[in-house]
Amino acid sequence: MNWSFFHKLGSPKWFYDISGRWLPWFAVAGVALLVVGSIWGLFFAPQDYQQGNSFRIIYIHVPAAFVAQSCYMMLAVAGVVSLVWRMKLADVALKCAAPIGAWMTFVALLTGAIWGKPTWGTYWVWDARLTSMLILLFLYFGIIALGQAISNRETSAKATAVLAIVGTVNIPIIKYSVDWWNTLHQPATFKVTAKPAMPVEMWLPLLLMVLGFYALFTVSLLMRMRLEVLRREQKTRWVRETLEKLS
Amino acid sequence: MNSLSDMLGMGGHGIYVWSSYAITLFVLALNVVQPWLARRRLVNEEARRRRREVM
Repeated sequence: MNWSFFHKLGSPKWFYDISGRWLPWFAVAGVALLVVGSIWGLFFAPQDYQQGNSFRIIYIHVPAAFVAQSCYMMLAVAGVVSLVWRMKLADVALKCAAPIGAWMTFVALLTGAIWGKPTWGTYWVWDARLTSMLILLFLYFGIIALGQAISNRETSAKATAVLAIVGTVNIPIIKYSVDWWNTLHQPATFKVTAKPAMPVEMWLPLLLMVLGFYALFTVSLLMRMRLEVLRREQKTRWVRETLEKLS
Repeated sequence: MNSLSDMLGMGGHGIYVWSSYAITLFVLALNVVQPWLARRRLVNEEARRRRREVM
């Protein structure tokens, strides 16, 4: 296998250049998907026969929850790369993705609570799905706090990587909570192995929203990572030249 | 019947739906605007530092 790709990936300058070229495409795609998906989901998708219009919250709740969990998996992968290969860019990715993941978990929890009021009659229950998502939020907070508390960059990278990896125990618990326990939360809308439990005019806007959320997550992540790379490499010539061109 | 207010009211669920969407829009925007502002700040700081060095 040719490993030159992997080595290039570790180079901050290479990352900065290539991500600058990708960024506008992700931004345009993300905004377009979210605009079309929201309008479709809010005004054109049919009402749910049980939940009426409140079900339209699904178009932001499910994408936010998807991104919140995938972001955590990404953190763990970045953690492994950072520990095993000491790749600095992996640590940058880990540190920059954590706050976005926390925000997405927050959105999933909050929209879920708002959805719960008209559907279950309460904003919050200590149900397995809700509680495991709350634990995910605290895991994100823990990683962010740990990263900020340790000033030595290498120690900080190691500690946050270990916490990110250990915390993955929670991800299958979130996923299977609706099957293992008798939860108030409804079971998964989508399964890889089965046809969606919704008509196409309901799930197609949801698909657009999920893709839109992933695209916008990528935009925010790349922007944060590029900024962090500039900060960490501020003493190098290429960063000075880049900053000079920007001002 | 006013069709616009029907559409926005969503059969009594409007307040839940619209507040969810508003919060989400705010959070998504924040996650893009915040790094953008921080980047501008870094560029400005560097420009100021460079001017000081020249003087």
